[in-house]
Amino acid sequence: MSGYTLQALYADDDHLMKAVRETRDQDHHISEVYTPFPVHGLDKAAGIKETRMAITAFLYGLVGFGIAVWMMNFMMIEDWPRNIGGKPSFTFFQNMPAFVPIMFELTVFFAAHLMVITFYMRSKIWPFKQAENPDPRTTDDHFVMEVETDKENIQDVAEFLHSTGAKEVDLKR
Amino acid sequence: MSHYEAPVRKPLVTGDKVYKDVTEDIVRPIEGRANKTWWIVFSIALVAFLWGLGCIIYTVSTGIGTWGLNNTIEWAWDITNFVWWVGIGHAGTLISAVLLLFRQRWRMAINRSAEAMTIFAVVQAGLFPIIHMGRPWLAYWVLPIPNQFGSLWVNFNSPLLWDVFAISTYLSVSLVFWYTGLLPDFAMIRDRAKKPFQKHIYSILSFGWSGKMKDWQRFEEVSLVLAGLATPLVLSVHTIVSFDFATSVVPGWHSTIFPPYFVAGAIFSGFAMVQTLLIIMRKVSNLENYITVNHIELMNKVILVTGGIVGVAYITEFFIAWYTGSPYENYTYLSFGAATGPYWWAFWALILCNMLVPLTLWVKKYRRNIIWTFIVSIIINIGMWFERFDIIVLDLSKGRTPSSWAMFSPTFVDVGIFVGTLGFFFVLFLLYARSFPVIAQAEVKSILKLSGDKYKKMREEHGDDVQMYNLPEQRPLPDFKGMVEELEQKNEEVRDEKGELIESLLLKIGDASNDNADDLKRLSGVGPALEKKLNQIGVYKYQQISKMSDKEFTILNRLIDAFPKSKSRFWSGEANILNQI
Repeated sequence: MSGYTLQALYADDDHLMKAVRETRDQDHHISEVYTPFPVHGLDKAAGIKETRMAITAFLYGLVGFGIAVWMMNFMMIEDWPRNIGGKPSFTFFQNMPAFVPIMFELTVFFAAHLMVITFYMRSKIWPFKQAENPDPRTTDDHFVMEVETDKENIQDVAEFLHSTGAKEVDLKR
Repeated sequence: MSHYEAPVRKPLVTGDKVYKDVTEDIVRPIEGRANKTWWIVFSIALVAFLWGLGCIIYTVSTGIGTWGLNNTIEWAWDITNFVWWVGIGHAGTLISAVLLLFRQRWRMAINRSAEAMTIFAVVQAGLFPIIHMGRPWLAYWVLPIPNQFGSLWVNFNSPLLWDVFAISTYLSVSLVFWYTGLLPDFAMIRDRAKKPFQKHIYSILSFGWSGKMKDWQRFEEVSLVLAGLATPLVLSVHTIVSFDFATSVVPGWHSTIFPPYFVAGAIFSGFAMVQTLLIIMRKVSNLENYITVNHIELMNKVILVTGGIVGVAYITEFFIAWYTGSPYENYTYLSFGAATGPYWWAFWALILCNMLVPLTLWVKKYRRNIIWTFIVSIIINIGMWFERFDIIVLDLSKGRTPSSWAMFSPTFVDVGIFVGTLGFFFVLFLLYARSFPVIAQAEVKSILKLSGDKYKKMREEHGDDVQMYNLPEQRPLPDFKGMVEELEQKNEEVRDEKGELIESLLLKIGDASNDNADDLKRLSGVGPALEKKLNQIGVYKYQQISKMSDKEFTILNRLIDAFPKSKSRFWSGEANILNQI
């Protein structure tokens, strides 16, 4: 029951960035920032790690490529080889040039869709999910920074946030 | 940190906008009511769509014989329309993906609508091959599944099958790219919606987007990677469409320049369609400050470049047809024979619409003239339709055997289905324009300080490091210390109350300890989490549970969140039995 979170509301992104830097300089812990649009440099200023979405996309792409190779090898070479217009179909490598377009398409298909699904899962967004932004204005033109503190320091931290120029400071319930 | 853009660049957002104005301007068409013009245009589109639907039903129930196809020309309007619609789709992906990779910020005002256009156009395109199958209920035969006679699979050597994979990947990837970008904008509409129904719908559509910093970080990376994937994808799609022709041996089709030339043509026609739609939309939805004359000029420049590539390809084809000296080549769609033969009008329509009229855009005055741009865009749309018609019908009409030369004339069904897809396309686009945020507002807001004219003027007057915000009026601080103490006291009271309840509960069922606890998970509806909560209260044994009655379950219900009240009525019976084992 010792942890409390204060929410400081700002009306501008430059102002928010300044406040985020000052808050970090004072060694306060920023637990979350809600913004209506991507504020560039915010992730670095608030000290969060880089995302690994691109790496997952690469791995999913490899999966898609593997599935395409396996599928076409099985269907066209192993299971039912056919002579179509004299195109060589005896080995995978002889027939391979004709498989390139579908290898490419399936690589893209798997990389794109599985990455987006991973994004939705990691960020916990899906249909019927309730929004968690503390103030409806944060999807319009306001910005909220959440700072963690405890019972003893709460008034000091609130005064500090006030001094950064926050429009409103609230206690998160 | 500093929002710097060279002063020589023209502002992308005009009209002294601040963040709030962007929101207001973009939700206005959604929150307002449709006007009379919208209803008239929508009705016309709907009638055209229904007419096309009737023609499709007539085709499917009677047969492909209702079309004007004959033994010589077995592809005509259907495949022309298919290629035309796929091509139109390409502009959307080019704007949102390629221009993102090139960091062209002007894309932000138009990418949402261009992508919507892409998706709606590809839907129209997909209809044609399916109808052309004659038995569309067997369309699943194009999927790689074994047939009923054994495991004969689809033919992976055929460009027509590559098309199936290319178009379906393209449609689905465009759709998720578009939708992911829409989430923050739906969230914005959700948070300001007043009617409960509207709020509910947009809350579902927005997937509960909250705008957390980690989500934004992922969002940006996902957008970038999707753009990187969509760029080669969009090039591959029309390349593969061109393989439908280029891998055959028909004179005029068997051409190695088809892939790049088809891709350039697709972007050319797609940008023309974007111009047609957006010039109307910026007027109807009052978005002139976001889709400025500058944007129109920049799109005209893309049209000039891609139109130039297409023009060079035409000249090359014409030259090679003559230079080979092959008599067959003299009847291909770009040849002397085509220019003077029975299809001379289709040949000259192509040259006039695609090569000559767009040349006017070299003149800056015409490039920035909205009316002229609109006219040119429609002419290009017509010209690009003729390009595909010429490639397909002209080349087929005079093949290698003069005895099978033939002409093609469409029936009302051919025309009707085409008109129907136009209607369907506009029905979708008009509905979109009234219910979706037609401009990616989150992206526009992120460049507003960089390229909005209000902020550009500010920098011009006060230097590049000017502070671009006013300090807000601050609300006085409440007494947080007091608030917290009050809160803790309330919690204390709740805890005391709970303690009393637990005491009364244990008085009835008896104490127990962790030493020889029973496995409470065997009771219905109890998992590890609930078992832990029961243990915390002091319930460990079946014997305790068997003594419980309705009154005790009510107490548990008050003590434990999400207590499975309906299942707990079995517990005392179950516990009795488990106790005896």
